[in-house]
This record gives sequence, structure tokens and C-alpha cells, in this order.
Amino acid sequence: MDAVLDNLDVFVEGFTTTLSLTLLAAAGALILGTLLAAMRVSPVPPLRWFATLYVQAVRNTPLTVVFFLVVFGLPEVGVIVSFYRFAVVALTIYTAAFVAEAVRSGINSVASGQAEASRSIGMTFSQTLRLVVLPQAFANIVPPLASIFIALLKNTSIAYAFGVFEATQAMNRLINDNGSDVIAIIAAAALAYLLLALLAAALFSRLERAVRPA
Amino acid sequence: MSEAVLYDVQGPRARRRVLIGSIFGALFVGLLVLLAVRRLAANGQFAGELYEPFVSEPDLYRRLGTGLLNTLRAAGYALVLALLLGTLLAFGRLSSRAWLRAPAVAVIEFFRGVPLLLLILFFFLAFPLAFGIDLPPLYALVFGLTLYNGAVIAEIIRAGVLSLPKGQTEAAVAIGLRRGQTLRLVLLPQALRIMLPALVSQLVVLLKDTSLGFVIGFEELLRIGGQAVQVLDNPIQLYVLIALIYITLNVGLGRLAGYLEGRQRKTYGPDLPSQKVEESGLGQVSAAP
Repeated sequence: MDAVLDNLDVFVEGFTTTLSLTLLAAAGALILGTLLAAMRVSPVPPLRWFATLYVQAVRNTPLTVVFFLVVFGLPEVGVIVSFYRFAVVALTIYTAAFVAEAVRSGINSVASGQAEASRSIGMTFSQTLRLVVLPQAFANIVPPLASIFIALLKNTSIAYAFGVFEATQAMNRLINDNGSDVIAIIAAAALAYLLLALLAAALFSRLERAVRPA
Repeated sequence: MSEAVLYDVQGPRARRRVLIGSIFGALFVGLLVLLAVRRLAANGQFAGELYEPFVSEPDLYRRLGTGLLNTLRAAGYALVLALLLGTLLAFGRLSSRAWLRAPAVAVIEFFRGVPLLLLILFFFLAFPLAFGIDLPPLYALVFGLTLYNGAVIAEIIRAGVLSLPKGQTEAAVAIGLRRGQTLRLVLLPQALRIMLPALVSQLVVLLKDTSLGFVIGFEELLRIGGQAVQVLDNPIQLYVLIALIYITLNVGLGRLAGYLEGRQRKTYGPDLPSQKVEESGLGQVSAAP
């Protein structure tokens, strides 16, 4: 137990990075995912094909393979940034595919009369989507988005294998320095992850109550 | 509901607009591809020697085949163990005894909320250091996968049991079955059948997660690929090939899940019991990333 309490600062540093990775990738995935979903429901076939291909390919690829392609592939074409930024990119690319699926199912759950009514008052496709359908779609998909972002929080741990000093890396360093306390160290890290996940779940359920249609 | 409700059946003007949109859309997608290709070409990524090993090195495919076999082996072991653990945990959580229910809930929520990599590292790092037992990487990977997927499968099974009509339990009780017998003989077989598509979808997640084995040095597909890249120095080409192998396997499994769901639609009609479970929020069934 002492190993954990004495090195609390290492843990705090690690989990700060875990949180910032999660928040940046969540923001990126939300934007990219919504764009992909909009492309998938658009009347323009090439955009639909592109978005469908992206979602199908990325959803069926392990996140670790996405990481390998980003971390070792991008430098081959001259893109060299820090491992931290590579991790944000990989997590964004991967999570966006799942966000796109959630947003699309949200769009499909909005009553068809809503889109029909907006068309009948002369709105274009993008106005219909932007002003009428998407706001209602998002209100409907808070629970699936919550589980996607909680999974993202857990997935940031993979960045450990690519030299990012996040929580799992912090845990690994403590284990290397204090071999005898290994169980306490892993338990502490697990509980901290769990706490963050529960906190996120609580925040999202408050959000859900706030946006739930009356 | 179909997606076509977002736009009307197109008249001549709308068709023209969509055509213009399609041209610009195609240009946009084409531009992205062109930029990628130019970037790849500028960095010599189309040089023959990067692709030549795929033809001239039959050994590469033998190695990748070994890796793929290890990946499938880990996934297979983990699936069997996770089904056992999941059934046990589901029974615990559905039990009428609070002292069985509480620990089952705690175990399920804990293993679902902790990163899988942490569970794998626990078996890999903690076992030798704390108990003096060296687990081979395959075991560490399989045990980690079992704990996480067992917890998820427990929730899938529970959702399936809860979706069954009440009459099933009542009939079982009426003919004198005990609670455990009711679960084992009446509810579980039906729940497994109802949740088969969800279980197959979870198998996709499991298969993808076996790639975490590379972290602990287990020679699965991805790690073998990494070793090959060290020699051949063609990361983009090789990792794309590996991604394609995973995509092929997982799209196949996804098709299977879709087929099973389609068959159920014939039996149960358009409203699947598993979907009702999902909408009622009783269990989180759909596969998380």
C-alpha cells in the first residue's frame, strides 16, 4: 500500500494524461463521427459509400492495429509528431466509427414526420439535418454515446504500449520500482479507472435527464 | 425506418442537384485519395521492394499463418472460458439470494469497468512477482480476456433471461421445478438462443482484443507482423495487410450475426426480444468499441 501512497504524484500525472487523451479523442471522434453519419444519410451516393467504407473498415480493425498504422505508418510519409499526438489521432480515428454508428441510429430514431415537416416548410437537406433532426437524434443517443466514451477511457490504456506516459504506464513504472507491492499498485490503478468510469456514467445520466424529450 | 425519409423522392430539379452534389462529393473523396496517394508516392511508398516480399517470401505467409492460428487459439480458449464464467455470473446475478447477487454484481461491474489491458498485465506481471508463478503469455492473455468477456456475456445472458415471457417461469414453478432448475432447464436454453446474435457480435470484440497479446509478447498475428516489419521495413504495407485479415474475419462474423438475427425475425416477427431488452435499458447488449 505504501508504494501507492508514496507515489501518488506519479499516479496523478498518469491519470491526468489519461483524462486529456480521453477528452481530446472524444471531441475529435464526436466531430468526425457526426460528419460521417451525415455523409451516410445524405442523398449523395459517393459520400454515402465513403462513409460506409470507413465505418465498416475501422469498426472491424483492432484498435491496436490502428495504433500500429498511425505510429509506424505516418512517419513513413513524413508525418512525425509526439507519441501523445499519435495516440490522440489513433483513438479519434477508431472511436469516430462507433460514434458515427450511434449518431446514424439516432437519426433513424427521429420520427419521420419531423423531417417531412421541415421539408414542407421548404428546408433543404442540410437544414433539415442540422436544425431539426440532429438535435433530436443526439438527445436520443446519450446512453450509447456514454458507453462509447467510457470504452474510449479504457482504450487509452493501449497508448501505454506506444510510449505515452498515461495511467497504465505510470502503474508499470511503479511496479518496476516496487516489485513487492505489485497487487496493491494494480488494484489502485484499477480502482482509479473504475472511479473515472463511474463518474463519467453519472455525468452522462445527468445529461440524459437534462436533454430527455418531455 | 428507412433513411430515405430525410429527403423526398426526387423530381427533375432535385435529381440535377443530387447529380451536382455527387460530382462534388466524388471530387472530394477523389481529392482525399489523390492527396494520400501523392503523399505515399512522394515518400517512395510505391517502390517495388516494399511489395516484393509479398511475392518472393513464402515464409512470410507461413509466419503470418502461425500468428493467425495463435490469435484464433487465444480467442477460442477465451470464448469457452468466458461462456462458462458468464453463465455462472449471470446465475449469480439472477439469484434470489442477496448474498449471491451482491458479489456477482460487484464482479461484473468491476471487470466491465477496468481496462482489459490492466487485467492482462495483472496476470502477466502480478502472478510472477506476487505468487512466484510464471504464466505463459497465452495464459495471461486468455485469462484477461475471460474476465472481461465473462462479465459482458453475463450481462448478455441476463438480458436474454429477462426478455423471456413471465409465463415460462410461472409454468416451471407450477410443475414443481426449483429456482435453479427453472434457470438451468427452462430459461437459460431459451436465453442463449435469443441472445445468439449478441454473443456472436461480442465474439468480434473478443477477436479484436486478442491483438493486445502483442503487449506481453504473445506471438499472435499482430506481433508476428511487427517482427516481419523489423526485417522487411514496410510498416504501411504489412499493417494494412494485417488490418485486412482482421476485417475479413470480423466482417464474416458480423454477417453471421446478421444472418442469425434475420432468422430470428422470421420466428419472432419484426420486434426481437433482444431489442426490447436493449430499449428497456435492462442490459447493455450491443458491443462496445
